[in-house]
Amino acid sequence: MSNNSHSVTDSLAAVSGVARVEVAGVAVLDVIACGAIASSVREISKRRGWTVQIHALSALLHDRPEKIAAAVAEIAFRLVSEGRRVAVAYADCGSYGEVDRVCAELGVPRLSGLHCYDVFGGEKFIEKVFESEPGTYLLTDFLVRSFNKTVVKELGLDRFPELVEDYFGQYKRVLWLKQGSDPLLDAKAKEVAGLLGLPLEVFETSDGGLEYELEKFYGNGYADGGTVKDTEMSLTAGSTW
Amino acid sequence: MTQDELLKELYDATLVGNQPRVIELTNEGLTTGVTPETLLFDALIPSLEEVGARFERGDFFVPEMLIAGKAMSKALEILRPLLAETGVETIGKFLIGTVKGDVHDIGKNLVDIMLEGAGFEVIDLGVQVPPEKFVEAIKEHEPDVVGFSAFLTTTMPMFKVNINALEKAGLREKVIVMVGGAPVTQEYADSIGADGYAADASGAVKRAKELIQQRALARR
Ligand code: B12
Repeated sequence: MSNNSHSVTDSLAAVSGVARVEVAGVAVLDVIACGAIASSVREISKRRGWTVQIHALSALLHDRPEKIAAAVAEIAFRLVSEGRRVAVAYADCGSYGEVDRVCAELGVPRLSGLHCYDVFGGEKFIEKVFESEPGTYLLTDFLVRSFNKTVVKELGLDRFPELVEDYFGQYKRVLWLKQGSDPLLDAKAKEVAGLLGLPLEVFETSDGGLEYELEKFYGNGYADGGTVKDTEMSLTAGSTW
Repeated sequence: MTQDELLKELYDATLVGNQPRVIELTNEGLTTGVTPETLLFDALIPSLEEVGARFERGDFFVPEMLIAGKAMSKALEILRPLLAETGVETIGKFLIGTVKGDVHDIGKNLVDIMLEGAGFEVIDLGVQVPPEKFVEAIKEHEPDVVGFSAFLTTTMPMFKVNINALEKAGLREKVIVMVGGAPVTQEYADSIGADGYAADASGAVKRAKELIQQRALARR
């Protein structure tokens, strides 16, 4: 096991006053992840051989961003007081600083940026995207895959299809931050743009931005042959896709 | 149907955003002698206030707010000319827009509806409004209040840019500045030198009335 993870671990231990948990000599990282990126966290961790326990929260919390920090805090507090090493796979996500407040209080790190678009596309790139066309609606692979549930159903477009104009009438384009290469998603992204009546542009990216952020949680170079586990959250059961 | 029954039904139809029924009941009310003010203040406005309260409690989400707002807006289209005829004085002129770089507008549109319902003349400049457009419109319409709406952390700083533009154009003292939108707080509004803030549409109406009154008193 590499020692490079020490900076994060030590600062956590210092702030929370607890020692980190080692399971059979392996440092476990508990990642509290937004449902929108939990599967990417899982894939990357497997690929990199990191041992993680993923606690996924419903991506639908984005629609009630005032609830995100409390949901994160509830799990983070418990884990930190059990002496576990915790990281938060959330950006600010419309919590307007509240996730930061929780992270600072518990001494745990979070993803940088305002939202996962920054993580996948890069903050500078996203800034430029909105500068060049403020009427841009962004998609990630997760959003494409879950569009019917996360957007159509949540915004009531299934019950009131006429509202599409009220929601998206001011938009000029859909920009898909394409991370993977699933041909099924290509068709689905076209379908989404068609539903919104907007042209689709594709920016080929990867999950490298997220990998980089997760690497910061561990410290570069850490790998232990890894096991990746998921915690079923009663809070969000069935909705963490 | 008695007047009370009609008002109750209009309230309920607005609450669930049943647009055809809201139009029908508004017309029926008018033909049976219910005054436009009664329809507005005893059914439509309380209903939309209840919609806002349910949103706050988490019982309603955005689509429910939208359809209710749209239904009320249709009723207002019918009532507006009649309210003007009956000589109901406008409370004030409110110019509003979503700031440059931002295209969220649902919250702003709900503020419009409630302001109009309360008797304001509303001029809505739409979304992505640059500072110079606000300046021009203020010169042209001479509103009592200008309202800036922003929904993204990245566009909130435009409030200050807009206020600076008003100062530069010598307009800052002539108009009350209000700000709002999901990420905005009273603290933030104070920090950028806005005159008022409100967390929702009913609050916006209340605050705008207060500020106009305060200004009138100060000028006496
Ligand atoms: C609906 C919605 C959308 C709709 C917008 C439709 C439209 N035409 O407005 C759609 C789906 C299109 C959308 C798009 C995006 N959205 Co959006 N959206 C929301 C959502 C879910 C609700 C906002 C809303 O309409 N609320 C309902 C209204 C009634 O409430 P309100 O806006 O707060 O308005 C009230 C008050 O604020 C006040 N008020 C409003 N204006 C004013 C003005 C004055 C003067 C006063 C006094 C008061 C006042 O009165 C209003 C009525 O009560 C929020 C999450 C949330 N719950 O806040 C995210 C949210 C605002 N969106 C967000 C994001 C990130 C985006 C996108 C970038 C996502 C994407 N995939 O591209 C794009 C934006 C792109 C762009 N170019 O701007 C983030 C913003 C985060 C941030 N850091 O800034 C949020 C917080 C979601 C999240 N948790 O991440 N979105």
